[in-house]
Amino acid sequence: MTEQLPALRLEGIVKTFPGVRALDKVSFSVMPGEVHALMGENGAGKSTLMKVLGGIHQPDEGSIIVEETPVVMTSPLQAKGKGIVFIHQELSLAEELTVAENIYLGELPKKSFGRVDWKTLFDRTDAILAKLKVGFTARTRVGDLSIANQQMVEIARALTVDAKAVIFDEPTASLTDAEKVVLFDVIADLKTHGVGIIYISHRMEEIFRITDRISVLRDGQYRGTLTTAETGEDEITQLMIGRKLDLSRNASDHEIGDVALEVRNLSCGRLFKDISFEVRRGEVVGFYGLVGAGRTEIAETLFGLREPSRGQILLDGEETVIHSPADAIAKGISLVPEDRKGQGLVLGMNCRDNMTLPQVGDLKAGPFVAEGAEIAIFDQYRDKLDIRTPGWRQLVGNLSGGNQQKIVIGKWLSMHPKVLIVDEPTRGIDVGSKSEIHNLIRDLARQGYAVIVISSEMPEVLHVSDRIVAMYSGEIIRSFTSKEVTEDNLIQAISGITPDKAA
Amino acid sequence: MEPGTLSTFLKRGAIWGFIVLELVFFSVAGEFLSLSDKAFMDVDNMLLLFKQSAPIGIIAIGMTIIMINGNIDLSVGATFALSAVVLLDSMTWSVFAGLGDGVIPIAWGLALMTGVLLGALNGLIVWKTGVDAFIVTLGSMLGYRGLVFMYHGEQPTSHLNWTLVDFAEAQFLGLHTATWFLIAVTAAGWYLTNRSVHGRNAYAIGDNRTAAINAGIRVGPHMMINFMIIGFLAALSAVVFYSESGSVNPNDGELYELWVITAVVLGGTKLTGGAGSVLSTLGGVLAIQLLRKGLGHIGADTETVNLVIGLILIAVLFLDRQLNLKGREALRI
Repeated sequence: MTEQLPALRLEGIVKTFPGVRALDKVSFSVMPGEVHALMGENGAGKSTLMKVLGGIHQPDEGSIIVEETPVVMTSPLQAKGKGIVFIHQELSLAEELTVAENIYLGELPKKSFGRVDWKTLFDRTDAILAKLKVGFTARTRVGDLSIANQQMVEIARALTVDAKAVIFDEPTASLTDAEKVVLFDVIADLKTHGVGIIYISHRMEEIFRITDRISVLRDGQYRGTLTTAETGEDEITQLMIGRKLDLSRNASDHEIGDVALEVRNLSCGRLFKDISFEVRRGEVVGFYGLVGAGRTEIAETLFGLREPSRGQILLDGEETVIHSPADAIAKGISLVPEDRKGQGLVLGMNCRDNMTLPQVGDLKAGPFVAEGAEIAIFDQYRDKLDIRTPGWRQLVGNLSGGNQQKIVIGKWLSMHPKVLIVDEPTRGIDVGSKSEIHNLIRDLARQGYAVIVISSEMPEVLHVSDRIVAMYSGEIIRSFTSKEVTEDNLIQAISGITPDKAA
Repeated sequence: MEPGTLSTFLKRGAIWGFIVLELVFFSVAGEFLSLSDKAFMDVDNMLLLFKQSAPIGIIAIGMTIIMINGNIDLSVGATFALSAVVLLDSMTWSVFAGLGDGVIPIAWGLALMTGVLLGALNGLIVWKTGVDAFIVTLGSMLGYRGLVFMYHGEQPTSHLNWTLVDFAEAQFLGLHTATWFLIAVTAAGWYLTNRSVHGRNAYAIGDNRTAAINAGIRVGPHMMINFMIIGFLAALSAVVFYSESGSVNPNDGELYELWVITAVVLGGTKLTGGAGSVLSTLGGVLAIQLLRKGLGHIGADTETVNLVIGLILIAVLFLDRQLNLKGREALRI
């Protein structure tokens, strides 16, 4: 690469919405062949900046410069035309169509009378797929692909144009470790072809693994650019939130009580088999494993969403059968699901109604819903969990991720469950709120709740758990106390390297 | 003021603003175009308007709840007709001979029960099979209508009970019996959606079914109850209307489902569920009835009425989308 002009440069971008200055003079540049991380807490302005780059919003001031030519974009299609391509976190593919049709959607090669030129279409697509070294063909139906391979289709789509800059928005959110490696290879390949890459992620290990430089946004302002090789997590975090984040190990600092939940030889088809563990009052048990290891499925079974094919569940020493979520709730098992917006909250409802949703049937004043009692519950848990919202009338959809998660947790705490299962407690939550949620989980244990935390983030599991259960492919490989566990033996256990079943 | 209060007010109030607009327009236009010299906003005329709104209105309240819940019921017109047949025919059954006017509550009860049963059947199928309510009730719309025709063939079912007619034509505080039923049903619907646990759950299920299940709400039985409610209201609508008319044709109530849905949508209830208001639905019902009456008043013929209502429906929903923040952010297609 001889030229050293930036592939993409932003200069003094300002974007205001009524009442908010979402972007305040943001400038940074991406060199060709560079992986440039863009970091910042939720609400720091990353999404707005991406929408400006994608032609969805027009900046009030400032300019976007592609290879030293200022460009004005008013639609995503125009952005693509200028060589700016997005790989979105949420995939937008037509599942019923083939890979080739998805890649060339909107610009299918045509023959006379508007007929699709299938041969050209498939040939061109296969040529692109060969570059990506993927295990499927142009004729594969997209719905039959794994999430990781669907993402490859999105990337292949990016390669159909002469991309100057490719923007990855949290691309690894739903990938397994093996799939991540493939993705990183593709990114490395794009680098050698001189493409500038903007990489948005909350995950530090990835940032350090693949990026060259890191730019940080906070409160809509550009806070600086760091060279990855010369910086550390502390410095980045400090730039992002203005203080340091504590992710040290947590030793149990309080009494552990009786067994609240015991599971014996629980199996569910091919999803998981022979699962046995116990959770005591005042204890946080972390479930760690790869996506697809069966952790969420165990939680769903305990919550009555799935029927176990074998095994026993004991609550306070008594065997019990859980028929439905309503049944689980009545018996004192609560689940904070992994997809907060899709499974945990009614986004069009206000904070109060969401928090009291499972128990509103019990809060009656005559034939009416006792709104006074509901507000009292909401106020109590807003204060207890420090939920930041202007008031209970606020729609849950308008809150930040961290506050939404606190609403879901408050919903269950207000019903005083025996066992609280939290699936991916901080997915999609910014760094600052993350540590709040972690402290909250530790606090709950201190108060005597039995807590199960399912997480794909190792620092998180190590930080919050008293014991860690490592799962691989539907089985418990090993159970660690917080003293025994190290990053190394945990990684080995969850990747099936040592099938050492000394549980 | 909380964020969004003004826009919420504008949206909720929009249908009533539209009604005022209609009143003004037809009053003024009536001055020039109407053949009669009676004013459009004549008291009797307005009272009649309420009465005529009742059959569609009563069903529309039920449809609001169904649609908030994220479902739809296309079988209400057929349920309406079948309940009417049961109402009128049962009064002639020999088992009830000799009861005199005592047959009236029995006939009412049978008709209402018919509605509840037909609704329960819809709900049960939706619950147990998991098939979309649109498909299920499309099937039952045809099926229930088939039952109506099997009953008396192409023949109308008739029975006039004068006590019943007197009751139906009575006026209390100036309002007709049918109007009182509409008011009562609206009030009950308002209570149900705004103050009851069932209503709260209906919004939650309509907005996010998975989250509702995860909160322990039993979605299947909940939906079945809603279908029973709308079945009951479709039957109630038939009871109110046919107590007066005394004769039902086998294709009565056809297209009612579409008029009902039009009124509900005009009132701002979302087809996708999770949002809606019973009072706005009442506004939607009155707006449609006003339009029919008004166009008649200025001398337009029936064919024109349907065209105009169709155009207005699309225009109103387009406007709503434009005024709505989310609508502006939506993807261009």
